[in-house]
Amino acid sequence: MESLLDTLGLSQSVQLLSLSPPGWGGNLLRGLANSLQIALGAFGFGLLIGLFGAYGKLYGGPILRDLLAIYTTVIRAVPELVLILILYYVGSDLINQAALAMGYGRVEISGVVAGIWVLGIVQGAYSTEVLRGAIQAIPPGQLEAARAFGMPPLMTLRRVTIPAMMSFATPGLANLWLIATKDTALLAIVGFSELTLETRQAAGSTRAYFTFFLAAGALYLIVTLFSGALFARIEKWARRGQPSLKGGTK
Amino acid sequence: MNLKSILAAATLGAVAATAAFAHDHEVKIGIAAEPYPPFASVDASGTWVGWEIEVISAVCEAAELHCVLTPVAWDGIIPSLTGQQIDAIMASMSITEERLKTIDFSDPYYNTPAVIVGDKALDMAAMPEGLAGKILGVQASTIHQAYAQEHFADAAEIRIYQTQDEANQDLVAGRIDATQADSIAMADFVSTDAGGCCEIKGSVADDPAILGLGVGAGVRKGDDELRAALNKGIAAILADGTHDAITARYFKASIY
Amino acid sequence: MTGWRAFLQPHRIFLMALFAGLILWCALSLRWDWLPEYAPLALEGLWRTIWILVVTVVLGFALAVPLGLAQAIGPWYLSAPAKAFCTVIRGTPLLLQIWLLYYGLGSLFPQFPWIRGSELWPYLRQAWPYAVLALTLSYAGYEGEVMRGAFASVNKGQLEAARAFGMPRRTIFRRIWLPQAIRNVLPTLGGETILQLKATPLVATITVIEIYSVSSRVRSDTFIVYEPLLLLALVYMIIAGIIALAFKKIEDRVPDRPRRG
Repeated sequence: MESLLDTLGLSQSVQLLSLSPPGWGGNLLRGLANSLQIALGAFGFGLLIGLFGAYGKLYGGPILRDLLAIYTTVIRAVPELVLILILYYVGSDLINQAALAMGYGRVEISGVVAGIWVLGIVQGAYSTEVLRGAIQAIPPGQLEAARAFGMPPLMTLRRVTIPAMMSFATPGLANLWLIATKDTALLAIVGFSELTLETRQAAGSTRAYFTFFLAAGALYLIVTLFSGALFARIEKWARRGQPSLKGGTK
Repeated sequence: MNLKSILAAATLGAVAATAAFAHDHEVKIGIAAEPYPPFASVDASGTWVGWEIEVISAVCEAAELHCVLTPVAWDGIIPSLTGQQIDAIMASMSITEERLKTIDFSDPYYNTPAVIVGDKALDMAAMPEGLAGKILGVQASTIHQAYAQEHFADAAEIRIYQTQDEANQDLVAGRIDATQADSIAMADFVSTDAGGCCEIKGSVADDPAILGLGVGAGVRKGDDELRAALNKGIAAILADGTHDAITARYFKASIY
Repeated sequence: MTGWRAFLQPHRIFLMALFAGLILWCALSLRWDWLPEYAPLALEGLWRTIWILVVTVVLGFALAVPLGLAQAIGPWYLSAPAKAFCTVIRGTPLLLQIWLLYYGLGSLFPQFPWIRGSELWPYLRQAWPYAVLALTLSYAGYEGEVMRGAFASVNKGQLEAARAFGMPRRTIFRRIWLPQAIRNVLPTLGGETILQLKATPLVATITVIEIYSVSSRVRSDTFIVYEPLLLLALVYMIIAGIIALAFKKIEDRVPDRPRRG
């Protein structure tokens, strides 16, 4: 094995990537864990915004609908990098001013929380559109039936709307999750120690740029492929009991 | 309650808050998240090491501050300070007039000249005529960027990098002919394997208005208590030889 | 006219007045004194952004057609690499791809001294070729996947009819298959182009001077944070709006797809 690595000139790369120092593999994995944590938080936060946003767009008053339209349009037209910078500075400024006004000292905002807040707001705009489309795709008879039985709105949401829209929303949400994992890389530019920044630090310190960028790419790819498989199963589960969509339309 | 007593209570509260802040709360020291050897860089176990990192811990110890290192992107380090994400900047930031308009500085804790480093094969000098037609790389938001734009922009093409490390990388790759940066960091760089391509071509002519008065710790305007504490710490490590001891471990000569 | 009247509901007039007030407040109470000094640089940056966007969308689309075709009907030795390419591009962050191309390739130059003597060296020294390459590959990767679906969804009966008339394969592709596939993707093309616009600021990290990097420059020179970023966001919104309108115009001129089923 070792002689094979030697002949390929890879033994040095393997050494650089080993998990314990002097290898940098541990740092990359720590970065990956941070990235996933932020992506998961942002995805969840975005879903929450998306659910409210979708309901607001479908059933809200005219002012709420217009404001939500502005939110989704602006977020989807401005580069994530610019949004991240604006939200990052504005967010902590506002929170601190509010805290000072209320007489508390400065609020500690950890990098992970700031990352979740920033990416979550971006994700929320896309989630709103995905969920709105999914809710609209539910046959109206199902919701009317729930109302006719006297189900309160929250129970309708929990028992009818969410389960029924799952199958329509899963492909879009899978896409959003992948965007969330990749967008965490942009946080490297504001200095969060996620996978891309850890990679840059490792590459800068060892000058093995190629090795580390390829390794980080492989890690991202593994996450993508794994999530793809997972979402395919979720979609299959969400579609249980529904007629197959394939063959139906084409 | 009349207005005066409200104001008095508010002032008292504010004083109490800042007093508590200096002693009980941790002080977030902002450092640049990008590696800047030999002053500050991450090692393979994920810990920050370097001359400046040791100085930070010595200053904080002497000033009896509970400091926490907080890496922030260099490009946004001043907005992070004014936006209260960090309390002080100790990231090899020179004290310049331009920056003093926005933030305050402690007393300097090191001072080194700016040099031009270039490809060994090329003939150049650290002056506008000596750089004519060359491509000069500098790090964004640094005194070197400001200096190069003021003095070299007419003669040379200037390329702006997010980190000095990237400028060094492109110097090795041959994409730029020279870079202007701090003499100590550059002396370290040309002594490495990768830096073998290049040599120090000379110091640039001084321009105190741009190059500043040495490197100090940046604090928010009006945060005089933290500034005084940091000054006390810096004075203490200069007086008791800690500063020299740390320097001796990294460099051949004093850099104060 | 009726469209306008429907748009101008009372609450919209109120909202518009509110936004006009907000913009007025921004114009009056924020700092804009840096604007005249940086305007020429900003225009240059804007031009570079648009130039990179147009070039990479055109090149990327040209590359997406064979990628989609290879995946839709190619033999396995063409479809497998095409699929792998699209998966890798879509599965990794663009920022990482840009850094890999620029700094990764750059780190190989010192080992091969002959590169510096080659005729390509003046281009390899610049940053924009890497930016164009990375963004082109990215667009091709995303659009290649879309084109695969577009080729597959063209009505098979039309292709069979063309074959029955004895049309050569090339002519079938040029006259029937490709135009219909492009018409199928047209509604998504505008959105993909806006996504590409939003990817352009990433090339600022490899020293390309475009509109985003000008705003960073203003921030680092003057320590003004919000104003350049807000103006930048507005500029991107205007470009995105123009792209959306342009694609809508193109879509309106293309005859409607025949209704099926």
